[in-house]
Amino acid sequence: MPALIEATELKKSFGSIKAVNGISLTVTSGEVLGFLGPNGAGKSTTMKMITGFLEPDSGTARIAGYDVQEQPLAAKARLGYLPEGAPAYAEMSPASFLRFVAAVRGFRGAEAQRRVDIAVEKTGLQSVLNQTIETLSKGFKRRVGIAQAILHDPDVLIMDEPTDGLDPNQKHHVRELIREMARDKAIIVSTHILEEVEAVCSRAVVIDKGRIVADGTAEDLRQRAPYHGAIAIRVSSADADLIKTALQRFTSIAAVETVGRVNGHLHLRALPKSGMSIAAEVTQAIRESAIVVDEIYVERGKLDDVFRQITTSDQEAGHA
Amino acid sequence: MLDSLKRTWVIAKREFGAYFATPLALVFLIIFVALTGAFAFYVGNFFDRNQADLTSFFAYHPWLFLLLVPAIAMRLWAEERKTGTIELLMTLPLSPAEAIVGKFVAAWAVIGVALILTFPMWLTVNFLGSPDNGVILASYVGSFLTAGAFLAIGSCISALTKNQVIAFIVAAAVCFLLLMSGMDLVLNAFRGWAPQFVIAAIQSLSFLSYFEDFSKGIVSLPALIFYASLIAFALFANRIVIDQKKAA
Repeated sequence: MPALIEATELKKSFGSIKAVNGISLTVTSGEVLGFLGPNGAGKSTTMKMITGFLEPDSGTARIAGYDVQEQPLAAKARLGYLPEGAPAYAEMSPASFLRFVAAVRGFRGAEAQRRVDIAVEKTGLQSVLNQTIETLSKGFKRRVGIAQAILHDPDVLIMDEPTDGLDPNQKHHVRELIREMARDKAIIVSTHILEEVEAVCSRAVVIDKGRIVADGTAEDLRQRAPYHGAIAIRVSSADADLIKTALQRFTSIAAVETVGRVNGHLHLRALPKSGMSIAAEVTQAIRESAIVVDEIYVERGKLDDVFRQITTSDQEAGHA
Repeated sequence: MLDSLKRTWVIAKREFGAYFATPLALVFLIIFVALTGAFAFYVGNFFDRNQADLTSFFAYHPWLFLLLVPAIAMRLWAEERKTGTIELLMTLPLSPAEAIVGKFVAAWAVIGVALILTFPMWLTVNFLGSPDNGVILASYVGSFLTAGAFLAIGSCISALTKNQVIAFIVAAAVCFLLLMSGMDLVLNAFRGWAPQFVIAAIQSLSFLSYFEDFSKGIVSLPALIFYASLIAFALFANRIVIDQKKAA
């Protein structure tokens, strides 16, 4: 599978601030890469370099094989880009704005109209086509931005926070759209909404302070969560010691901790040793000790926790 | 090459439309036509001169352009930078040069429309007497070129800032200095310390002397080269500014 997006060792400083400090990544056709990171981590700067808007201090970016600095026209012809905040000419209507973008991209006449029509239909802009963009709601403005990005059916789609500011229905719609287009495109979506990564992305890259700190599927990330694979059990307080002793017999269980106490019930959590699955052990312990368990489930770990852990660990080390 | 021209044309068309989408172009046209007329009749004493020519009309053009052209130019890039649309524009498959020239052409066309709308003045003198229409045509050319030069400078300065007001004031100041560069006001600031050739160079930048040639009916090659190279240089500087400052 050829890499449609290829960034190599991108670096960019603004004054003394190293905004992006050596980012490399490749995205192939069919992949949706979620680009995560705290605000100011360098997400937007990286995307601006990949799209050719910003010239990197060093490193290269290629779109469909074309270097964005050396062959900008060929690269940009194959790129659809939604910049942060979905900027558009406020005094134009979506219809005239999209026709303008189509014309710049070299579409004429009926072909241009066909492209505009498809983009309008996909983004659901029919009802506001002839209103000026400045009068549109945030959700519609965002959709105008998405429409111009997909107008030419590009191989590569880069979207900076496509669902920012949308209501849950609109978010759902945009994610559907991204999933639908993902089949034959390479897509980068930046976000700081972690559920989005699970919803649309086949891979997630987390960056912090201008560097990549994690790269993998959402599931890979989850495994780094502190309670990934842990098993939570709720039992009555009287049975707590019994089950604790039963659990601690297993070598695959690292520890059993008490999480909380509600109405005479105890909430316990059995932590596995790294990478091990302990569901079998826990059910066996429950059977053997013959107690009644009110509730039992496997904790999958919260992406939020992983995100916090990998994007703040540096800071804490620095302060210590 | 053809594609490049087409894209430039697309940009110019959009930009021209943008001037008319807001009251800006309309206000500009009305004020320009009203002021050129008012200056010609009241300050230039059009009737008292008892001559069928438009000298008193054209004489005030550079001074009106001084204020009105920066007003047209200020939004060209400052607005794109302020609203972030520059990011959109610069990631479309077109070169910065095409965008710069397209925008410049559109703004220049607005000024062209303003000049065309002063045709009642031309009708008036032709009604009152028989003026030298060649001189009038040359004067129009000179006026249009002067506006173009101011506009190119204004476009470049507009790219330096996100703030349209700053773009307007700085462009007006720079154009004023260029307009006055043949006069003692500017030259005295250099006399005494700058070598003679520098002073001569500054003096040769003076718009007024070239503009006066045109309004006498002289379309000289040096004047055309002066305007063409000034516009080309300012737009080239515009390109460099865009490359440097687009993301800031």
